[in-house]
Amino acid sequence: MRAAYGATRVLHGIDFAMEEKSITALLGANGAGKTTTLRAICGMVRTEGAIRFAGEPITGKRTEDIVRLGIAHVPDGRGTFLHLTTEENLRLGAYVRKDRANVARDLERVYAYFPRLKERSHQQAGTLSGGEQQMLAVSRALMLAPKLMLLDEPSFGLAPLVVRELFGILRTINAEERVSMLVVEQNAAMALDLADQACVIETGRVVLSGSAAELKKDDAVRRSYLGY
Amino acid sequence: MEAVLLQFLAGLATGSIYASLALALVMIYQATHLVNFAQGEMAMFATYIAWALINAGMPYWAAFLLTVAFAFVFGVLIERVVIRPVENAPVLAVVAVFIGLLVILNSIAGWIFTYTIKSFPSPFPAALGIRYMSPHQVGALLVTLAVLALLYVFFRFTPLGLAMRAAAQNPVSSRLVGIRVGWMLALGWGLAAAVGAIAGMMVAPIVYLDPNMMAGILLYAFAAALLGGIDSPGGAVVGGLLVGVLENLLGAFVIGNELKLVVALVLIVGVLLVRPSGFFGSVHVSRV
Repeated sequence: MRAAYGATRVLHGIDFAMEEKSITALLGANGAGKTTTLRAICGMVRTEGAIRFAGEPITGKRTEDIVRLGIAHVPDGRGTFLHLTTEENLRLGAYVRKDRANVARDLERVYAYFPRLKERSHQQAGTLSGGEQQMLAVSRALMLAPKLMLLDEPSFGLAPLVVRELFGILRTINAEERVSMLVVEQNAAMALDLADQACVIETGRVVLSGSAAELKKDDAVRRSYLGY
Repeated sequence: MEAVLLQFLAGLATGSIYASLALALVMIYQATHLVNFAQGEMAMFATYIAWALINAGMPYWAAFLLTVAFAFVFGVLIERVVIRPVENAPVLAVVAVFIGLLVILNSIAGWIFTYTIKSFPSPFPAALGIRYMSPHQVGALLVTLAVLALLYVFFRFTPLGLAMRAAAQNPVSSRLVGIRVGWMLALGWGLAAAVGAIAGMMVAPIVYLDPNMMAGILLYAFAAALLGGIDSPGGAVVGGLLVGVLENLLGAFVIGNELKLVVALVLIVGVLLVRPSGFFGSVHVSRV
């Protein structure tokens, strides 16, 4: 099955399409516009141009309504509700869902991916470690039962070992839940290992895009982003 | 000893009323980080509505429910119409809006209902009275405790209650999980106004109905909220009961009735000086 998510135009003109159920990585240096691209998709910044999700234009919609279409955002800084418990954070992820019975099942499934969150389910989320909060942010997005997950620098501030664990689980989630992912990363090597396709953004424009395997071999990418 | 018990129980009864008004203050504070100075006048205005309904021949409890519903809608409207436009304004601007609301509501109530002091009926039958407490004291205590319990269940166990807490804490993340933050804040104002209206109707038979009746009560409620910790709903309740009991005991045995209100003021200044976060004001732990 092939379905294009359509084209996005943001900043100075960013254009890319995503394959359904695949992982796309957005690479680029600081300030290239990666985070803004994600924010544009979920209606957090003013946008000109067209963003389509499963063929439906979503430009100019409110964030709250975009979420209801099945787009879950794992924001930079993780967006934890610090004073609520871990489980309350997760329940909020499913706030817009009407199928209460499945929510209970999904909660268990999320706990299966991240057993550490289950251990801390009644703990105030602000007391979790950075890695645990990132897992919580991914889990909260997963509780939406999303069609598309936007992940903003999931590796930021985490120890390499934790990053590896997290990316492994993201891969599993992508395969098992059939959910598309758009991952913004500065850690290009990790991102290209995870992704099926990738786009390189420089100062608000897409300068290169293709399959992750191709990009990994590309000389310019290797020099600028992989560092060898 | 009996006299002490009597004053203690009377303190619990009025304390529970302070507690519910304090809780209304805390609910607004959690969302806006400001104290709504008009909370008392909103409650007073609602109590006048109840008085008018009862005088027009409506049975007490019907008037009670209708007033609570009115106060809820009124609270939502105030947030939507008056508070929303100053949402991102500097703190002082919002405080000025609160004080403006206070003066306006006070004047409108005086204009419509005059400043003459009116009596307000108590709905509780004589059989409710116990040896040390009047029927109204027992009734008011029961009603406010029931309201507090309902609020606790609502905020703790319902998805909407959870969403309201989330929206107050972290609006950005709340939008990202699909919560309509603006409506949650309006709902919070509605609930706070409804709780305040109940406090007003419960306290009116004791202090009598006039446009200035909540001035003192709001001070006690403010002291209660501060004592418990201005961001802690549970603290507001404990603080309210404490302030009520303290006020009654000190008033009866130590400083006399005339200086009762001073207790509230001393508490406010004392808490701010010694322990600004109050008894239960959370010192949040967070790691980044």
